[in-house]
Amino acid sequence: MQGHFISTATDNTSIGTAPQRTGRQAQEGGDSGYNFAFLDEQTKRMVRRALLKAVAIPGYQVPFASREMPMPYGWGTGGIQVTASVIKHDDVLKVIDQGADDTTNAVSIRSFFARTTGVATTESTAEATLVQTRHRIPEQPLREGQILVYQVPIPEPLRWVEPRETETRTMHAHEEYGVMHVKLYEDIARHGRIATSFDYPVLVAGRYVMSPSPIPKFDNPKMHDSPALQLFGAGREQRIYAIPPYTTVRSLDFEDFPFEVQQWDACCGLCGADDSYLDEIILDDAGGRMFVCSDSDHCRKRREAGHVGPMGGTTQTLEGSDNG
Amino acid sequence: MYVAVKGGEKAIRNAHAQLAEERRGDTGVPELSVAQIRNQLSLAVDRVMAEGSLYDPELAALALKQARGDVIEAIFLLRAYRTTLPRFAATEPVNTAAMRLKRRISSAFKDMPGGQMLGPTFDYTHRLLDFSLLDDSGEAADAPQATQADRSEHAEPCATAPRVCDLTGMEELLEPAASGESDWGTEAPVGDLTRDPIRFPVDRDIRLQNLSRADEGFLLSMGYSTQRGFKGSGGHPFAGEIRSGTVAVELAPEELGFPVCIGELKVTEAELLFLYDGSETTPPQFTRGYGLTFGSNERKTIAMALLDRALRCRELDEEVVAPAQDEEFVLSHSDNVEATGFVEHLKLPHHVDFQSELEILRRLRTEWTERGERRAQLLDTMKGAA
Repeated sequence: MQGHFISTATDNTSIGTAPQRTGRQAQEGGDSGYNFAFLDEQTKRMVRRALLKAVAIPGYQVPFASREMPMPYGWGTGGIQVTASVIKHDDVLKVIDQGADDTTNAVSIRSFFARTTGVATTESTAEATLVQTRHRIPEQPLREGQILVYQVPIPEPLRWVEPRETETRTMHAHEEYGVMHVKLYEDIARHGRIATSFDYPVLVAGRYVMSPSPIPKFDNPKMHDSPALQLFGAGREQRIYAIPPYTTVRSLDFEDFPFEVQQWDACCGLCGADDSYLDEIILDDAGGRMFVCSDSDHCRKRREAGHVGPMGGTTQTLEGSDNG
Repeated sequence: MYVAVKGGEKAIRNAHAQLAEERRGDTGVPELSVAQIRNQLSLAVDRVMAEGSLYDPELAALALKQARGDVIEAIFLLRAYRTTLPRFAATEPVNTAAMRLKRRISSAFKDMPGGQMLGPTFDYTHRLLDFSLLDDSGEAADAPQATQADRSEHAEPCATAPRVCDLTGMEELLEPAASGESDWGTEAPVGDLTRDPIRFPVDRDIRLQNLSRADEGFLLSMGYSTQRGFKGSGGHPFAGEIRSGTVAVELAPEELGFPVCIGELKVTEAELLFLYDGSETTPPQFTRGYGLTFGSNERKTIAMALLDRALRCRELDEEVVAPAQDEEFVLSHSDNVEATGFVEHLKLPHHVDFQSELEILRRLRTEWTERGERRAQLLDTMKGAA
C-alpha cells in the first residue's frame, strides 16, 4: 500500500541528472529552467526524508527546511512541497479547496503542477492517485495506493493553549495532553457542548495529539483506518506529519460527551444528498438560501447517476457559474 | 443567479490580464526600464536584495518592476527565485574591515583613524520637496555638485579604514568580538535557516541570518521599542561604527587550496555599543549588538543591531521582560514573506469552516434561548409557590 510513496524516492531517474541552470536561463526559457515539479532534487530528497520519518512516527510533527514557493505562505506551500516531492510522471492529480475542484486556489495549484510536471489531472476522486486538499476530505472513501496531501496552516494542536514551541515540544514528548481535555471541558462547562467545529484535535495511533488541519469535524471520522496514505505539509511553520494507511485516529472526547459530527436539516439542493458536507449559498437578500454539496465531484457524480435535489431543476449548476 | 468563488479559471485569467494592464499603466507614458529602476531607485533595489536574501541588483529591479513597486511582493518574487538556485560552494567570511568605504561614521567618537566619511546620506538634507525634479527633461539645474577635490576622493569608493571597535585600546572596555576563538565562531559550522528548519532556542548565527532577512518595518518598530524602555538592562546604545561600501567575496576551491576573489558585494554594517553593568563573572563593560545587510540599508542595519543586543539576554543572564527580548516572538514574526502570506490568506475562501461555525452558532443560540425560557419558567413557578 505504501509502494507508491516509497518508490517515488528511488524511481525518479532525474536525480543527479536534473537540468543544470546557469545565469538567466530560467527567466528566458520560461518553465524549461525549472526542474520536474519545480523543486530541485536535493530539496525533494530532504522533504522525502521528513516524510519517511513522519510515516514512521504517525502524528509526530517532523521539522523540515521549507522552501519559498512561487505561491504565498497560507496558500498551501506545505502541501505543494509535499506533492512536488512525491509526484511522479504517471500520477493523476486532483486538487481541491473547500471540497471543490473549481475554487480559485485549487485551479491555480492544479495548473501549477500541470505546468511544471505535465502529469494528468482529474476532478474525479476515484481516478486520482494523488489528491491535494485544503479544508476537506473527499466524500468518496479513498482506497489503497492513493495519497491525500493536506495543506496545513497551524500544525501545532496545542498552539492555542501554549504559543511557545519550546513548551509544546516538551508537552508532546511527555504526552502532557491534559490541557486539551481541559479546553474541551471548558467548552462543555460554558456551552453545554464542545464548540470546536473544525480543526478538531485527534489522537493518532494512541500516541500523538495532532491537528487534522482546518477540515470540519464532519471529516474527522474519514481519517480513521483509511486505506490511503495521508500526508500533511505546513510550509510557513516548517512541519510535516503523516497518518500511514490503516492507522487509528480518534477525535478527542469524553465518555459522557462523545464526539459527534455536524448534521443538516436540509439536503443538497442539486443532488439531494443528505449525508455529505453542505455549503450554504445565499440566493438573494430576502433570506433565500440553498444548501449544496461542498464536494463538487461527489455532487456531479450523483447528478450524473440521476439524483436530483429539490432545486436541481431550477438552479444553474456549479459548472455554469464561471463568472469573473 | 448564483455567483461564488467557485468557477475560478476564467476569473483568474481575467485578473492576470487586468494586472498586466495596470502594471503597464498609461501607454502614453514611456515604459520604465529595469536599468532605470536599478540605477535610480537603488535603495528600493537594495531593500529587495536584503530581504529577498539574494544579491542580484538586476533581478531585484526586475522584481520591483513586475511587482508594480510593491516591495514585499518584489521580495517574494526574488525569494521564490532564490530558492530554486543550486548551491556550488560556501565562500570565505567577508572581511568588512577591508571594506572599500563609501560611508563610515561613528557617533561614539568625534574622530578616529581613517576619519568620518558621510557619503551619500539623507541625514543632513532639508526635507523640502525639490520641485526641479518634476522637470524630467534633463538634469536638474541646481543639483549640488561635489567639489572637484572631494569628487576624486569619493566618486569611487576606494578608501579603507580599520573598524573602530577593533582598534587597540578598546579591548578593556569592550567585550571581545565573537571570533574564531569563541564558542560559536568560525570553528563551528554556520547554520542556514533556509536549509534547516529553525529550532528554538537558536544560536547567534541563525538569529543574525533571520534578522538580516527580516522585514525592515518590523525590525524598526521592535528596535524602537527597546529605545523606549521595553527592554531589559543595558544603557543607551551608541553607534560604535556604521559603515557602508563594497567587500570582496572570496572562494577557496578545494583543488586550489587558497582563496580567490570571485566578485564583490555592497553591504552596510553597524556595530552598536551598550553599557553593561556586569555580573558575578563578567566585569562591567560595553557589550555589542551587530547588524549587517546587503546594499545600503542603514535604517534596518541599525535596528538589527539593537535587536541582536536585546536578544542576547539569555547569553548575558538578563531577565526577559520585553517583546524585543523574546526570541520566539521576534524571530517567528520577522519574515515579511511568511507574515504577508498568512495575513493575506484570509482572502482565500473559508466557507467550509465558516459553515461549521454557522452550524454550531445556531445550535448554541437555540440552546441559549431554551435555557433562558426554562429559567424564566422556573422563576415563575417559584414566584407562584411563594
